[in-house]
Amino acid sequence: MSFQTDEHAKDYWKENLRLLVTLLVIWFAVSFGFGILLVEPLNSIPLFGFKLGFWFAQQGSMYVFVALIFVYVAKMKALDRKYDVHEDD
Amino acid sequence: MDIQTWTFLLVGLSFALYIGIAIWARAGTTKEFYVAGGGIHPVANGMATAADWMSAASFISMAGLISFMGYDGGVYLMGWTGGYVLLALCLAPYLRKFGKFTVPDFIGDRYYSQTARTVAVICAIFISFTYVAGQMRGVGVVFSRFLEVDIVTGVLLGMCVVFFYAVLGGMKGITYTQVAQYCVLIFAYLVPAVFISILVTGNPVPQLGFGDTLADGSGTYLLEKLDGLSAELGFTAYTSGTKSMIDVFFITFALMVGTAGLPHVIVRFFTVPKVADARRSAGWALVFIAILYTTAPAVAAFARVNMIETINGPDSMGVAHASAPSWISNWEKTGLITWEDKNEDGRMFYSGDDRNEMNIDRDIIVMANPEIANLPAWVIALVAAGGVAAALSTSAGLLLVISTSISHDLLKRNLMPNISDKQELMYARIAAGCGIAVAAYLGINPPGFVAQVVAFAFGLAASSFFPAIILGIFYKKMNKEGAIAGMLSGIGFTTSYIIYFKFINPGANMPENWWFGISPEGIGTLGMVVNFVVAFAVQKMTGEAPDHIKELVESLRYPKGSGEAQGH
Repeated sequence: MSFQTDEHAKDYWKENLRLLVTLLVIWFAVSFGFGILLVEPLNSIPLFGFKLGFWFAQQGSMYVFVALIFVYVAKMKALDRKYDVHEDD
Repeated sequence: MDIQTWTFLLVGLSFALYIGIAIWARAGTTKEFYVAGGGIHPVANGMATAADWMSAASFISMAGLISFMGYDGGVYLMGWTGGYVLLALCLAPYLRKFGKFTVPDFIGDRYYSQTARTVAVICAIFISFTYVAGQMRGVGVVFSRFLEVDIVTGVLLGMCVVFFYAVLGGMKGITYTQVAQYCVLIFAYLVPAVFISILVTGNPVPQLGFGDTLADGSGTYLLEKLDGLSAELGFTAYTSGTKSMIDVFFITFALMVGTAGLPHVIVRFFTVPKVADARRSAGWALVFIAILYTTAPAVAAFARVNMIETINGPDSMGVAHASAPSWISNWEKTGLITWEDKNEDGRMFYSGDDRNEMNIDRDIIVMANPEIANLPAWVIALVAAGGVAAALSTSAGLLLVISTSISHDLLKRNLMPNISDKQELMYARIAAGCGIAVAAYLGINPPGFVAQVVAFAFGLAASSFFPAIILGIFYKKMNKEGAIAGMLSGIGFTTSYIIYFKFINPGANMPENWWFGISPEGIGTLGMVVNFVVAFAVQKMTGEAPDHIKELVESLRYPKGSGEAQGH
């Protein structure tokens, strides 16, 4: 056991899952939400020469995906240090 | 210099580079052969993952597919990138902490069962062979068009190069070669894309040109123009597509989950030194993939406007075949464009209704793009080198999965546990060699069903590996009975649905006959749900996983101590 207490281990996992769920909700919203389920109402909104729903399906969702992973990397790094379970550098 | 000389030169140079890297990065131990010694820098690994992932299909076919599908093409864009979010958040860091070599390794150890391992090995080998056959075909097509050698010579040439660096270098050789291949393929993709973007919209950034006004001074937006052309010619509007919403949803989901479950992608995250690196590496992989994937839909739209205008003329009256640009006759020779003068006016016409006289293969969009845009010969040759790089990098990654599955999962961990590291390495090389021979055979004599079975690879990965790995990490109590029953029912369900509609009764493959309107391409999503449900139900009936397994799972959930878990 690398955690100081069992309590720490539980909290670490809980915080990890909370972050995971938040990011996956965004992941779902931009692709399945904006790009597929809500594509028609969003298409009435113009974004430069794009219809917004179409833009999310063919461009926007991918940019958000990249951002999500880097947010996750940064947040997990902080979390690992908070509970002192990071790897040696 | 003409196109052919340029192509020989550029493809030849790239081959020399790959072989040079292979000699420099020879593998001496199984660990180097399987996971490159676990010492690859996360950015380099991200680049290698991107090259591994982007196949001949991504490079050659995807923009063409989107060009013909419009909005519906988004299933590939979101599906093949969104999976990396799942990989980075739910799989890669934990599998890296687990620290073994392969996906069947994880399934077998986590579910303390040789049966589970064997099911996983069979899936991994099947998925990889399905996929590799398509790659070899891609190499053959590129060679035959650009080097004007026949497909057999093209495939054999490609195989020799892969044989050299995969058998010699294993994962180490493959990783560094893939880094080089990524650079070649992304350069080859972007150069024509930038040129054509400037040509059509005056904007040098394709992603922005996509939403810009046309360069003809009319002030019309590109997509507006496309929607207008589509309406005029009897196609569905470019920005709306023809598939039902439920089908788009399910296909996208199956591709995402399938991507996250593909063994040749997952194994890449075993090659970095630390858990934190596995997370970062997935992020970089997606950056490198997204550069191509956000360009592709732009290229698709430019090419479509360009193509329609070249064929139908600015006045939409059709262009006389005799005065058609040379790329049309070049591609007519390959049979990928055909023209049938139905109304005998000597003019070509392309439309979505019965006025149509053209048959255009979607694969040519990317390959003909530089010719359509009148780019210099070296750009056309560059596209050939890029296509070959994309196909070779993916085949090498797949062959490695096949060879490790056989030498490590099947022989070392199952049938012949007492062989030494040297012997295991030898078996791995032999297996890689045999894998290449089979792949070459499949490339030269492609079974008619290659295109149909691609859905299989994703459906199987989605309905077998993904749920088993997720449950293995996030649900400590999951036992071997639940996991095996889940995998078998997921695979069984998905396979029967695909086989029924693709092979037994292809005539019935229509939306009216599909369950809930889900096509065979999207059924993997339902297969995944079946897997989860069965696994839970069986686990409830058979009790919890033993304590030492629960401890193993606990230890996967935090990064500290990842170094110790590396060896056997």
